[in-house]
Parts: sequence; C-alpha cells; structure tokens
Amino acid sequence: MSKTIIPFGPQHPVLPEPVHLKLTLEDEVITEAIPAFGFVHRGLEKLAEIRDFHQMIYVVERICGICSMIHAMCYCQGIEELMGIEVPPRARFLRVIWSELHRIHSHLLWLGLFADSFGFESLFMQCWKIREKILDIDEATTGNRIIISVCVIGGMRKDISPEHVNWILSELKDVEREIKRLETTIMTDYTVMKRTVGKGVLTGKQAYELGLVGPTLRASGIAQDMRMLGYAAFNEINFEPVVETDGDCYARCKVRFRETLQSIDLIRQAIAKLPEGELAVKAKGRPEGEVISRVEQPRGEVFYYIKANGKKNLERLRVRTPTFANVPALLAMLPGMWLSDVPVIVLSIDPCISCTER
Amino acid sequence: MIEHVVSISLENVVGETAKMKVEGYRFVTLSCVEIDETTVDILYHFDKDFQLKHLRLTAPKDSPVPSISPVYFAAFLVENEIQDLFGIRFQGLAIDYDRTLYLEEEVKKTPFCKYVVIKTKPPL
Repeated sequence: MSKTIIPFGPQHPVLPEPVHLKLTLEDEVITEAIPAFGFVHRGLEKLAEIRDFHQMIYVVERICGICSMIHAMCYCQGIEELMGIEVPPRARFLRVIWSELHRIHSHLLWLGLFADSFGFESLFMQCWKIREKILDIDEATTGNRIIISVCVIGGMRKDISPEHVNWILSELKDVEREIKRLETTIMTDYTVMKRTVGKGVLTGKQAYELGLVGPTLRASGIAQDMRMLGYAAFNEINFEPVVETDGDCYARCKVRFRETLQSIDLIRQAIAKLPEGELAVKAKGRPEGEVISRVEQPRGEVFYYIKANGKKNLERLRVRTPTFANVPALLAMLPGMWLSDVPVIVLSIDPCISCTER
Repeated sequence: MIEHVVSISLENVVGETAKMKVEGYRFVTLSCVEIDETTVDILYHFDKDFQLKHLRLTAPKDSPVPSISPVYFAAFLVENEIQDLFGIRFQGLAIDYDRTLYLEEEVKKTPFCKYVVIKTKPPL
C-alpha cells in the first residue's frame, strides 16, 4: 500500500503550543511518527551567563507558566545545597502547599484540554471552571494567578496568614466536591471510554526503557514519583504515588484525576502541620560546585544540573523537563494507531512545549 | 554535590552505557558543559531506585561522540539538542536532525559555546 505523509501541527486545534509531528500513514494507520521542535526555542539556560544566580529564579519561573513555582523550587533547592543553606521548616511546608496547588491547577487544565481533544466541550469547561478557584487561591495568597514567584534562595518570600488558611481549606472543600462530581463522567462516560481505553498502550517495561517520567510512567505500573525523595516537607507527610497498570490513555487520565484529589489531601496535611517560624534565611556567599536537583512536576520529574564556580554567574544551568523525557513515548505509542487517535494520544502525555524548548 | 561519577572515554561510551542498561538503570538525560576552547564535558545521567549514577566523558570538540541512542533510544533527543547548541557531533544517532532540532538549516553558529564553531559532520 502506498504511504502518505501528513503534517500534524505546529498549528492544530488540539495543540495549545506549537509542535510538529511528521506522520507516515498506510491508509489511515500510522506507521511512523517523527517529532520536530524549534518553533518557540528561547535558550533560557544561556541566560545563566549574564544573569546572576538570584536573578535566575525569575528566568526559571518563566520556563513554564503552569509549573513555574516548581521550577523555582527545584532551582532554589539546588543552589541551597551548593551553599549549605538549611531552609526553615515553615518555608518547606509552604513549598509543599504552593507546589500542590500548582499540580491541581495543571491537572485540571490538562483534564479540560484532554476532554477537548475528543470533542467533549462541556467537560472541558467544567474542569476549567473548577481550576479558577485554585487560581483565586494563588492570587489571594501571592498576588499572581500563575507565575506566583514565591521561592527565594533560603526559603520563601510570602507567607499564608491564619485567615487565608481557613479560607483555603473551605475553598478546597468546594474544589474537592466539584471534582468528585466529575468522577462518574471522566471514569465511566461512553465517549471518554471509547476514545481512550486501549489507545496508546505502553507496558511498564517499555515505559521504563524509554526513560519516561510522571503520570505517563506511573500509568504503566511503575511507582516512581520524585516526591518519594522527601524534598521540601514531603518526608513529613503521608504520601503514596498514584499508580495504574493498563498503560493506555485512559490509565493516564485516571492517574491525573486521582492525583488531583491526592494533592488536596497533601495540602490539608501540610496545613495541619504548618509550623510557626521564619520564612527564609539569608543566603550569604556564592555557590560553588556541581549539584543535581530533582522534584516532581505535574508532568513528571524535572532535573536541574547546576555547575557554579564561586562567581555570581553560574557556569552551567541545564534543565531536563518532563515533556522532554516523555516525547520518545509518542514514537512508541503512535505506530499502529489510527490518525483520528493522534490528538488523544499526543495530549495523553500532557505535552508542555515551552518546557521542552526552554 | 554529585556522587557516583565514573569517568569514561570515547572508546567505551557505548559499552559503559550498555552495562548501565543491563544493570537496570533508567536513562535520565545528558548534560553538556563547555570546559575550554577545545573540550567539553558530557555527563550521562542514569537513575535506579532514586539513586543517580553518572558517567563523565571529557571529549574533544572536533571528534564525533558515539551515540548511545542504539542502547537507550530516548537519548536521541538530547544528543540532537547538544548537536544544535554545542556543535558536538554524535555518530550513529537513531534519528539525526543534522542540527535542525531547534536551529534553521542555514545557522552555523553554536549558541551555547563561548569559544568555537564546529561545522563538520562526522563520516558515517
């Protein structure tokens, strides 16, 4: 049978960001998929040469809006390790609270986009409606909705007042109730099942060998979550990774849905244990040496390699974002699938192109 | 500080990487650091049960580095990135973008190198 090559993206209705896939098809079945990038590459790592190590927090926060706080936390953790700074307990718990708020709004954003990828507009709107409450919490506590800019080297720059704590808990109760109302639709609706079950299947062995991370890996039965490392205050609260075993788009959807509810629980635990005390310690001196910092973003493990030589500018800052690690999954999942399944499978890894292209 | 670093040479890049795979390590990524006018450090990062292990290759800029993508397929993306940004050539890449992953075809500069521009493609 003759082969057809179809360009998917960089501008496509289901893609919020530009990425291109060169799809080779026989009839309507995909035989090969080759990704192409470079439409929004910014070279932010290079800025480490002209911005000092404090200013780089602002840069890494802008690698990706959706997980900006988690990028900053990972970077600050690395620099703190190099400089031998011990972050105050209250700051560590605040990092858990804000990073889990980011995870909730990222997963709700994804659930909406995922529903949109198979034409379920009302589910898309419901997910984004709930997400607004989380953004309101971010705005009330930090002054910003997305790039909240709360991390500094040595701790946090913002605090959460007791009045805000009570209000956050009541808002989270509403968010939890509304998310649970969507559970029947997301988990059992005919449209969702028809478009996601058995699509883009990856076994645990495949996922591990491809170096996948985050919900894409955990949906294939591998219990790997960087929060198990116990960074920030995750070592002081109860945490178990969410794992599914089917390895298809439906399993990835279930992992993210369950993680949304889990994050609410983690925030409650962190608030219950939130200690009194100072927010930050002063960062004296300059970093020197090599360090690796890893944390769990909504899309998976983010990896920072930092090399410093005692000057105000870092010698090298390297960021491996989770989508960069998950792109090879597409090359394994797409062959053998129908062209009409491409949007669902591509969206199932929760692609963040601004992260990938840094 | 980075622990568990093993120094490797150009000759045993693929062999050492294959050993990591046999031992059950997950490929994490590569980090490239420019050392001076003629050399770069390439760090190969692997993970197993949350323990990182690293291979450090100090390589001359003008000789091609054997690609590990035949061993760990996922490495093709980051090796292409290093080709684009540092001009280091990788030989035997599973998918070779020929320095067009991020850059346009006509771009000859190596944006992440302070010192030198590498243009040549290695022989097959």
